[in-house]
Amino acid sequence: MIAWLTDPFAFEFMQRALLASLIVGVLCSVIGTFVVLRAMAFLGDALAHAILPGVAIAYLIGADLLLGALAAAVVVAVGIGLFSRRGGVKEDTAIGILFAAALALGVLLMSTVRSYATDLTHILFGNVLGVSAGDLWLTGSLAVIVLVTLIALFKEFQLASFDPVLAHMLGKRPETLRFAMLILLALTIVVGLQTVGVGLVAAMLVTPAATAYLLTRRLAAMMAVSAAVGAASSVAGLYASYYLDVASGAAVVLVATAAFLLAYVFAPRRGLVAHRAARRAI
Amino acid sequence: MSDTAPGAYLSVERLTAGYGGRPALVDVHMDVPHGGQVAIVGPNGAGKSTLFKALVGLIPIRAGRVLVHGRPPGGQSDPIAYVPQREEIDWGFPVTVQDVVMMGRYGRLGWLRRPRAADREVVARCLDELGIAELAGRAIGELSGGQQQRVFLARALAQEPHVLLLDEPFTGVDVSAREALLTLLAQLRAQGITVLVSTHDMETAAQRFELVALLNGRLIAYGPPPSVFTPEHLTEAFGGQALFVGGMVVIDQCCPGHVGDGEEHRHSHEPHARPR
Repeated sequence: MIAWLTDPFAFEFMQRALLASLIVGVLCSVIGTFVVLRAMAFLGDALAHAILPGVAIAYLIGADLLLGALAAAVVVAVGIGLFSRRGGVKEDTAIGILFAAALALGVLLMSTVRSYATDLTHILFGNVLGVSAGDLWLTGSLAVIVLVTLIALFKEFQLASFDPVLAHMLGKRPETLRFAMLILLALTIVVGLQTVGVGLVAAMLVTPAATAYLLTRRLAAMMAVSAAVGAASSVAGLYASYYLDVASGAAVVLVATAAFLLAYVFAPRRGLVAHRAARRAI
Repeated sequence: MSDTAPGAYLSVERLTAGYGGRPALVDVHMDVPHGGQVAIVGPNGAGKSTLFKALVGLIPIRAGRVLVHGRPPGGQSDPIAYVPQREEIDWGFPVTVQDVVMMGRYGRLGWLRRPRAADREVVARCLDELGIAELAGRAIGELSGGQQQRVFLARALAQEPHVLLLDEPFTGVDVSAREALLTLLAQLRAQGITVLVSTHDMETAAQRFELVALLNGRLIAYGPPPSVFTPEHLTEAFGGQALFVGGMVVIDQCCPGHVGDGEEHRHSHEPHARPR
């Protein structure tokens, strides 16, 4: 049994994969609490796809793909924030426009590249087994920046998410905090690219946090439970990928989905069973 | 609420407020004395909520100004606290009663600062004052409507405000919660906190408030209830909705045609308490 658990990590690339998975699992899940609570799931999805042109441009000019993705994500995040400010269009409209434009630009640029083969597919679908030591450093540093910011400004983010009106009255600048949250979200998505890929990073932003929402009654607890679900899913997904020889990113997301379904049915207060029981009691 | 503070005195000077196009509120002029309690009444869409939102800076002021103690609000020394309508609150958000009331202290806490012992004492006192200390650890979504209202009143008190704005506090709560609120208003009067209450409940406005402001896009009348609730003023505010039957006034403001502006008359539709 012990051997079964330790075997995969005899290889250095698997150790790096484990570390990267854990970082991404925890980071996405923690910031995901705000994505879920502020109904920004669509935004996460849009940001994840909007990094495509950045990646394509970086590839074309031979720059680091992650840095290209990072630049694109920040540009799109700021763009969404600007377009949807008071008096402009609604936020989901702004997201829709930028999402479509960025995706189209990405496809257009990629169609000019004749043989983009492995590198670009890794960005799209993730390849946790191909994480280099350099990638790990970048991933780790970005994760530390995002988590430290979230913890330091926890009180402000909590207030601005729950009651932007009071935040405004108390001089806590909810507009600025929203920009900050968009940037942190962009950083998180870039961190997630290497391991779970563009398509699945949106799921990691939503599923563990939604699971935690069903199980907790305070924001800090929701973050902690979400992080635990994200980390556990990442590790379980990696084992599944090793022993069943399936795509690791997809396995991670499906484990998280299973956790969500369990919580949806059995959560003490908000679960299906609890609701049924409460209704029967009346 | 500190003992050394000068008397709270709110003056609204020729205030015009609202977004784009036609302002929702034009040329409103009123002075509220220290510790005064004013009921703001008027038909749906009269600008009651707009007035409150302009007072706390949520809606741009296009002309005129607001003064507290003769100075523009915004500083920490003369805060205005605002209790929003219950529809504006996300009851599913994972926060406890204690968390929500503590948010009232955030304005006095700098960025990156954690609440101190003094803040926790104020929160405990406000919870006590509203009789919800035993609910401190509960999630706000698990409470009844009356309890939820008391949580937000406690949060407003935790801001230690000089002026308190209550937006439709009598809507959607049962009779006992209504009486509890009126008792609280009496306590606030003793503490010298100036209170503005928007309401559809004309009877409560007439019987329990010393000052009434009648709005309909502008200030139609302001003063003690008998001077405000005259047939002329009511016809001006409510038009054909005001019926005079003998010595009585009936205001018909409960029609489906008015639903949707956020100020509809809900008393008869809303369940009074919602235990989950």
